[in-house]
Amino acid sequence: MTKLRPRLSLFGIGAFALLLLGVAPLLLTDHWLGNLGKYCCWAMAAVGIGLAWGRGGMLVMGQGVFFALGAYSMAMHLTLETAGDGVPGFMVLYDPLAPLPAFWEPFRSAAFTLLAIVLLPVIVAGLLGYALFKRRVKGAYFAILTQALAVALATLISSTIRETGGDTGLSDFKYFFGFVLDDPANRKLVYLITAALLVVCLLVVRQLYRSRFGELLVATRDAEERVRFLGYDPANVKLVAFVGAALMASIGGAMFVPIVGIITPAEIGAAASILMIAGVAFGGRASLFGPALGAMAVGWGQSSLGSTWPDGWTYIIGALFIVVILFLPNGLSSVLARFTAARRSPGEQPAAATATLQLEEAKS
Amino acid sequence: MSTTSKRLRTLVATGAFATTVALVLAGCGARVGDDTGGGKSSARSCVDTSGSTVKLGFLNSLTGGMAISEKTVSNVLHMAADEINAAGGILGKKIQYVQEDGATDWPTFAEKTEKLLTQDCVGAIFGGWTSSSRKAVKPVVEKHNGLFFYPVQYEGLEASPNIYYTGATTNQQIIPAMDFLASKGVKKLFLAGSDYVFPRTANAIIKLYAAKLGIEIVGEEYVPLDKDDWTTQVAKIKAAKPDFIFNTINGSSNVGFIKAYYDAGLTAATTPIISVSIAEEEAPAMGHEVTGHYASWNYFQSLKTDTNQKFIDSWKAYPKSSGVTSDPMEAAYISLYLYKALVEAAGSFDVDAVNAAAKKNTITFAAPEGTVTLDGENHHISKPGNIGRINASNQFDIVWSSGTFIKPDPFLKGYDWFPANIRDQLVKAAG
Amino acid sequence: MDALISPLLNGSAQGALLLLAALGLSLTFGQMGVINMAHGEFLMIGAFTAYLVQQVIGSSDLSIPVALPVAFVVAGLFGLLLEVSIIRWMYHRPLDTLLVTVGVGLILQQAALQIFPSQGVPVEKPGWLNGQVTVFGYDWPLRQVFTILLATVCVAALSVWLKSTAFGRRIRATVQNRDLAEVTGISTRTVDRLTFFVGSGLAGIAGVAASLIGGTNSQMGTQYIIPAFLVVAAGGIGQLKGTVVAAWAVGVVLSYFAYWTTGSLAQVLAFILVIVFLQLRPQGLFTVRTRSLV
Repeated sequence: MTKLRPRLSLFGIGAFALLLLGVAPLLLTDHWLGNLGKYCCWAMAAVGIGLAWGRGGMLVMGQGVFFALGAYSMAMHLTLETAGDGVPGFMVLYDPLAPLPAFWEPFRSAAFTLLAIVLLPVIVAGLLGYALFKRRVKGAYFAILTQALAVALATLISSTIRETGGDTGLSDFKYFFGFVLDDPANRKLVYLITAALLVVCLLVVRQLYRSRFGELLVATRDAEERVRFLGYDPANVKLVAFVGAALMASIGGAMFVPIVGIITPAEIGAAASILMIAGVAFGGRASLFGPALGAMAVGWGQSSLGSTWPDGWTYIIGALFIVVILFLPNGLSSVLARFTAARRSPGEQPAAATATLQLEEAKS
Repeated sequence: MSTTSKRLRTLVATGAFATTVALVLAGCGARVGDDTGGGKSSARSCVDTSGSTVKLGFLNSLTGGMAISEKTVSNVLHMAADEINAAGGILGKKIQYVQEDGATDWPTFAEKTEKLLTQDCVGAIFGGWTSSSRKAVKPVVEKHNGLFFYPVQYEGLEASPNIYYTGATTNQQIIPAMDFLASKGVKKLFLAGSDYVFPRTANAIIKLYAAKLGIEIVGEEYVPLDKDDWTTQVAKIKAAKPDFIFNTINGSSNVGFIKAYYDAGLTAATTPIISVSIAEEEAPAMGHEVTGHYASWNYFQSLKTDTNQKFIDSWKAYPKSSGVTSDPMEAAYISLYLYKALVEAAGSFDVDAVNAAAKKNTITFAAPEGTVTLDGENHHISKPGNIGRINASNQFDIVWSSGTFIKPDPFLKGYDWFPANIRDQLVKAAG
Repeated sequence: MDALISPLLNGSAQGALLLLAALGLSLTFGQMGVINMAHGEFLMIGAFTAYLVQQVIGSSDLSIPVALPVAFVVAGLFGLLLEVSIIRWMYHRPLDTLLVTVGVGLILQQAALQIFPSQGVPVEKPGWLNGQVTVFGYDWPLRQVFTILLATVCVAALSVWLKSTAFGRRIRATVQNRDLAEVTGISTRTVDRLTFFVGSGLAGIAGVAASLIGGTNSQMGTQYIIPAFLVVAAGGIGQLKGTVVAAWAVGVVLSYFAYWTTGSLAQVLAFILVIVFLQLRPQGLFTVRTRSLV
């Protein structure tokens, strides 16, 4: 189940790309295409979580931090683009004469913004990951630390109203790198960029999984000490996966802004970070498509079931956590895998499946 | 390995090419400076009123942290819809409402607004609570030229052709509260609030007006919305020795504040609190410790009018009732009736026709708080300013009243202490 | 003077509440390795129990002392139910207990929102907690003293229970070597169940204390869970004294920060301080010497 079949996975990505880039824009209304774009943003973060958690065994509960780095970089640029030469409207009240906060200034430049979206998460995750992994912080400690970071960042943003827009967030963007955002054609463009980026993320992750690094990452997850005895430094292996996950979350966050039109601290705090995990767990943490599809399914559930049955939706998402983790630790994709495997070699498969599972779970 | 990597390279190349083509094809939209660009033209309404019903959208947080406050607003909207339907509907059409959950998440408010306007094709949307939720809805209703009725007091300094505000703006709640404090001879005031846009903005305005009134601000404290522990801040309040506390705390954090205040031995007799977010709904959760403190609202359950009695009776008889009525509930109740009055004056559900009817400044509604008049320019309504004092049964005894109905003035144009340069910039920023 | 004393005393009380919330976690997380994210909701159950007891008894002077044991049992039973139905299947994958209990927490929150008035319910403070004692010129609210006393009693009872009773010995034996414990005839299943019962019950007691400080509503548990976990982690897994010191330190630091900066910034700074501390000393304040490579 952890082995990818090369041809099948490539074919899968191709089909997925065709659906997202070709079929969806033809079939969906503007509203649902926008929603699909939003799910794609979460899916990018989820693909990263699949890499770090599913393959690397690091339960990253604070991906909201990196989502925020990308989202707020993008949002600051779009806010400034909308405001023109002046100071953004929300800042005026608190101090009408004060200039733009210094850290906003570079985000006037489109090139700097794009660079920040890529480099900020790499730097932050690199430093954080280096410090944590070299100290061999892992398991529950790692999970709680990352979650605490997300909570701290969300609280910080909420309380710095003039600098970041506070709890209200940043919204009301008119332009996207020179394009008028209200124009349906441009919104389609933004959607296509997002969907294409998701496909790229999947391709990158597929290539990583098939490489020696991918093998090493799984080995680190399942038996970190043995990897160390073999002469590798597990910290470096984990660092690469963690930085990769951060980068994908950041790009997802950056695209979330033009698609949804608003970013707030609630999108990056504890609840949002956990919801990202929910999708990954639901789809299948260690599989290639599981995280992305799971995140999109959870997003869709929120939009549609959350509409028709709001009270019930909370129960459903709660029950989803319980049932999936309890009975399907490898998500829905494991059902599919078991089904296809059972068809090929009935009899020995169940034992093998349990074996891999236990190996995986033995680590914490 | 080599064949697969070759195949991969081919695939990536094909993918990249296809994406580029798709992007180029799509990228023919409007750019900065093209005023003819899409936007408004796509905003044609899809509201269908050919049948015997009209669809309206109700949007409040029914899950998450704000569900604590918003659930009753949502329920009172249902009651108003049932009442209007029983009386024959709007222009003879029964209201068919679509309830959506904002889930205490502002992007969800934006998404649901777009869904209600473009997928469900509702005539108007009612609901919201926090200023953040309203600010998330605003660009969406403006883009699609929809209508949003917002029922909660807020910090003012906003106007939109697509939003009607049936709660108080600053000069109908904060300024009357300050006038009340001045009339009580308050000299030293302490500001306590939750850390988000409403308290911060309200306090910025309070500080400006306090300077004019000669009231000294002896301290200012904020605690995150989701934190209940106020003990440290209350110690600071006690040390600052103010005459009065101006409380802009929202939600459950208020309970923690009142408890810490009482614990510290600060009483309503010596240093009373005036609140703008504690109403009949919130007070019971604070028990007797809130007794004797003040609140500034437009509506109180204790107002003695016939329409109010009718409102209270029907709410108490309503199945989803919480038993008491409060200002935000009343404002939500008004919002639906105001829409009815607007549509009937316009003779149409069309947004532009409704706005044109509003412009005539003749829309009134006999609300529980008295007969309110809609200001067609800024889309707010006139309201009486009332100060209530919390009694032992967690109801409010009205101790001060503005007497007349206060005309809404969201940008504080009639107040010379509000700096003109801020106002100009804000008006400009609001578009 | 006031600026130095009042944050120290207020912070100590804040730390005591944090300790009450973390105490149960130090058992279930520290001794059993289960990461129970629904612990905050067990705390909420304790607070609602305090309210219900008050409805039955009427007098708040009497109801709070009665509510403490009742809340312990009620929250404990919820914990037991969770252990028997879900957690028992997951001891071999502790990280996943975190996710499962997130789901349990969501369900409990929504249920509370629908069962009780959405704005929350009042829990009246007993009359004998009115007033203040003057310490170094600062009028220290009696309620804060009560929280500290309650935490002290709970810590004392727990450590006596763990150290000096037969059952405590069984728990420690199970934690140190499950197989060997079973060989000596200890029913490790019973030990697991009872440990979880006590750990969750302690959350119930914390809930009663919290109901006297803040609002009693469906959302109240969420503000305690992350700080409580940080405290347990900073104290050192399975170390009662570490949890006590860490909770007190976090409370006091939080209060000083809140006094000198703002309430929001204090939260952020305290979090970052704990994270940096764990970075420097990932094993926590106190550690058990083990042969483990980690």
